[in-house]
Amino acid sequence: MASLSALGADEIGSKGTGDEFYAWCARGELRLRRCQACREWCHVPRLTCPNCASTDWAWEQVKGTGRVYTWTVVHRAMHPAFLGDVPYAVLVVELDEGPRLVSGLVDCPLDELVMEMPVEVVFERSDRLGDRVLPRFRRISKPAAGDAR
Amino acid sequence: MADQGRSRACIVGIGETKYARDKTASNTNLGLQLEASIKAIADAGLSRRDIDGVMPFLNLANAEEVMANLGCDKVRFAATVAMGGATPVASIALAADVLAAGRASAILVPAGIAAFSGPRTRELVLDPARLPGGVHAADYYFPHGYTAPMQWYAVMAKRHMYEFGTTREQLGAVAVAMRKHAQLNPNAVMRGRPMTMADYLASPMFADPYLMLDCCLETDGAAAFVVTTEERARDLAKPIVRVEGAGAAQPHPADEITNRRDIFRTGLGNAAPEAFGRAGVRPSDLDFAMIYDCFTFELIHQIEELGLCKRGEGGPFVEGGRIELGGELPVNTHGGLLSEAHVVGINHVIEAVKQLRGVCGERQVANAELGVVTGWGDFGDGSVAILSRG
Repeated sequence: MASLSALGADEIGSKGTGDEFYAWCARGELRLRRCQACREWCHVPRLTCPNCASTDWAWEQVKGTGRVYTWTVVHRAMHPAFLGDVPYAVLVVELDEGPRLVSGLVDCPLDELVMEMPVEVVFERSDRLGDRVLPRFRRISKPAAGDAR
Repeated sequence: MADQGRSRACIVGIGETKYARDKTASNTNLGLQLEASIKAIADAGLSRRDIDGVMPFLNLANAEEVMANLGCDKVRFAATVAMGGATPVASIALAADVLAAGRASAILVPAGIAAFSGPRTRELVLDPARLPGGVHAADYYFPHGYTAPMQWYAVMAKRHMYEFGTTREQLGAVAVAMRKHAQLNPNAVMRGRPMTMADYLASPMFADPYLMLDCCLETDGAAAFVVTTEERARDLAKPIVRVEGAGAAQPHPADEITNRRDIFRTGLGNAAPEAFGRAGVRPSDLDFAMIYDCFTFELIHQIEELGLCKRGEGGPFVEGGRIELGGELPVNTHGGLLSEAHVVGINHVIEAVKQLRGVCGERQVANAELGVVTGWGDFGDGSVAILSRG
């Protein structure tokens, strides 16, 4: 929605949903918005359900497992808050429930990061651009054969 | 070939400033655009008071100040298409419809930015509220250090390399071709600084897979063009360049890049079939393509989304000099955003018009009669215009 680029976050009728999302993370729970009318998951969270136009949302817990759908490793920080973190990975994790989450990698050397790698959520406090508990992901080293997760 | 009988909008005037990287320059976005606009209007053989439509670029100028400075006192159509770098080409599509509806007769489209002497991209992106989907970016991208276009698009390139086997050297072939073309362009910032594949491969990693030389330039510069009706164009000074078909579209969702079920489907893929249909031509009819090259993979990606080849075949498409002058389909003969200048995509329109006028000198595509221009903006907005020598 390119027209948003002219407006500040305070001006567009939505201040975002980060406070709620990260409040759940601080309790160690990964929860996403789920439409209570059609049961579709929705990330990023929206005001109306893109599938059925309902506004009846709940924050429902997801399993916290998925796979690395794609990623980049940043070697040159473009924001000063991350100058001390390079090189660092940005993951796009496809959760088992379907939605994809932008996140980061923990407990895994960057050169062992591979596409489709099974991962699970861990929670990690960060002071980058605000003090939050972030959902990050670590490798599931030996997924059991046939494990539905 | 396009139907020559139908009346089309025509691009009749073009103007450019010098494109440069000089930290001491005192350029302003508006000042650069006014200089380019005055040149474009004069090039068309029109007077400033003939301009009755103005379509500036979001946040880089507004219609009121453009009209006031240029003395355009008869403007009856002013609008801004909000599609980031897809804006100039999307403006062609809207201008054509406005002209056909009779709501204006001569529309000025200016764009430009002092992105080297003024605030740099890395400064502009510090505030997510400035971005498309800024609320989501602030909440869900920035905390993880996912803060800039090269990083947002890198994940698409990475997935493409995984799914289709697109290679580092194919990305490099794009960068090398753009630099090669820039050597033939007096206004290209990278003229006189040739680059080999070895130079490309040795450049520092910024955001995997993007090396420094996969990324577009930051420059000062502006350009402008004037669109009018075919009837009027025939009375003006310059050879006619007709808009055979044009369109623009967003991907879905437009404001969030990672949750598209098909991560490679962009606005361009949605807009291109209709534009080719309106033009009545096929991709194989094209003599050249000017493709928005913010990053090397995005050029490959748009070749696929335009329908020049199948999904996944964009990498091989750019190999072996095929997109270079003398190749099967020369792409960005000016050097593009990678090696001419980053003039928010309007420089691709200017180069297409020059090719169709036959004034490109040593970088001229022989017998150029039909070409395509694309724009890419924000999180994957796309625009396309198919232009012909009238």
